[in-house]
Amino acid sequence: MTRRLRIAAGQGFWGDWPEAPYRQVTGGPVDYLMMDYLAEVTMSIMQKQKSRDPKLGYAKDFIPLMQRILPILAERKVKVTANAGGVNPRACAAAVAEAARGLGLQKKLKIGVVSGDDLLDRLDGLLARGHALTNLDTGRPLRDVRDRVLSANAYLGAWPIVEALRQDADIVITGRVTDTGLTLAPLIHAFGWNTTDWDLLAAGTVAGHIIECGAQASGGNCLIDWQRIPDLANVGYPIVDAGADGSFEIVKHPRTGGRINIAGVTEQLVYEMGNPREYITPDCVADFTTIQLSQAGKDRVRVSGVKGKPATDKLKVSIAYFYGYKAVGTLVYAWPDALAKAQAADRILRQRLRDLKLEFEAIHTEFVGVDATHGRLARATIEADKVPEVQLRVGVRARDEAPVDRFTREIAPLILNGPPSVTGFAGGRPKPEEIVAYWPALIDKQVVKPIVEVVEV
Amino acid sequence: MKKRLVEIAHARSGDKGDTANVGLIAKLPKHYPLLVKQVTAARVARHFKGMITGKVERFELPNLRALNFLLHGALDGGGTISLKTDAQGKVFSTALLRMEIEVPV
Repeated sequence: MTRRLRIAAGQGFWGDWPEAPYRQVTGGPVDYLMMDYLAEVTMSIMQKQKSRDPKLGYAKDFIPLMQRILPILAERKVKVTANAGGVNPRACAAAVAEAARGLGLQKKLKIGVVSGDDLLDRLDGLLARGHALTNLDTGRPLRDVRDRVLSANAYLGAWPIVEALRQDADIVITGRVTDTGLTLAPLIHAFGWNTTDWDLLAAGTVAGHIIECGAQASGGNCLIDWQRIPDLANVGYPIVDAGADGSFEIVKHPRTGGRINIAGVTEQLVYEMGNPREYITPDCVADFTTIQLSQAGKDRVRVSGVKGKPATDKLKVSIAYFYGYKAVGTLVYAWPDALAKAQAADRILRQRLRDLKLEFEAIHTEFVGVDATHGRLARATIEADKVPEVQLRVGVRARDEAPVDRFTREIAPLILNGPPSVTGFAGGRPKPEEIVAYWPALIDKQVVKPIVEVVEV
Repeated sequence: MKKRLVEIAHARSGDKGDTANVGLIAKLPKHYPLLVKQVTAARVARHFKGMITGKVERFELPNLRALNFLLHGALDGGGTISLKTDAQGKVFSTALLRMEIEVPV
């Protein structure tokens, strides 16, 4: 049995630093590279791409990243877990296989594909059999928006990835698998953990939570003493260095920037946290109030004591549906009276929208430089004369496109027919944007059947 | 004496749908009990009055010297629906750090 296992975070979201995966597999020894691509509405973007071209529907940037590191992975026996497959993991795997063959890696790599999460084609059957897929936030049944649903995916957990690893997959590409499952699966596989080892599964889940946002655990977006965090230009992404007993350390490669300390890891632990006693995943329920942190060395935080409870009999389902349209327009006003000018422009714009009898679900105004981030809490501290410039930022939202489109034509005229000292319109007229909204629901676990395939390149 | 939370605590926030979470962490162990006593859910709800439409929930993590707040209805619908600059609630963290509490000298 493996004594220690090192899992390196390579991407924290779709669009993360392209240098990170390469640095993680070359900067020192690692056993796995974990890459998380999927945010709440990513699947719907991918579904749209797949409907235009059946060979698409996955994180396309994953392919050049893999192309760059595949020879290194093969040589150093570093394995990969990634949910880059989106709504088309087989096509993603085929593209990686093609890249591998192009690099002369035939018969040197096995690719695992995890699917079965996609429920879009099964939705009507599920609804007919009484699965209401009620919105967890609003309590509304899915029937209300059924005709506007664009994608529906159950969150799978770690076990299908474990199955792929047991079949000797070197690179496991998945659809909608939980972020934490990508880290937990290699731990289960390496240490032979069981389906009811709740404390161990919870520990691996906590490890996954800490590194799933990449550098957010190693000095990025870290508030405490932020000005003293060294060399973020060269930031080292976090690595889980774990033992079979479920304790692990968060570390990074030597000669990299950033910082790993208790305060920074604590910030990442509370990120996107709900009830800390019940961090629910398909694999277990982790209790974050049992986590013990200690500084085990420079840039080395030890995590231990994690307790877990049995998994629930449900899976979360991420559904995306068409909601409507929105647009945001901006103009910049200069001193003197920058804020007063921006406020006057906002009043004029709103009156014109009213006079046009345009109907919006919402009109939202922010004065960037004054209140866009902290609202009235910040506005109260402003000395109007000292504000050198303000960006007026107005957004509108409607079910129909027409009023939103008309709104986009009401911004530019303000430059010549509104308050003075206005600039910053180089970007041109804003475009109405389709809103694809997120519908979280639960479904019985037994309804979802994960599919695991492993093929040689 | 009165101190702003930014002097004795740090924080990180994120989103789940239309809910923002703020994890508030004491810099020193001696300050955690002050947070527990004074930074109540009701106080935080007053702090963000007019900025959120739903209730405030609070959870304690003494092991991490942290409190976790859920601010419901904070994100104008959240995610892609929201028209806010901070649609994902990333800076509610530092907005909370503007709050003042009583700290023994």
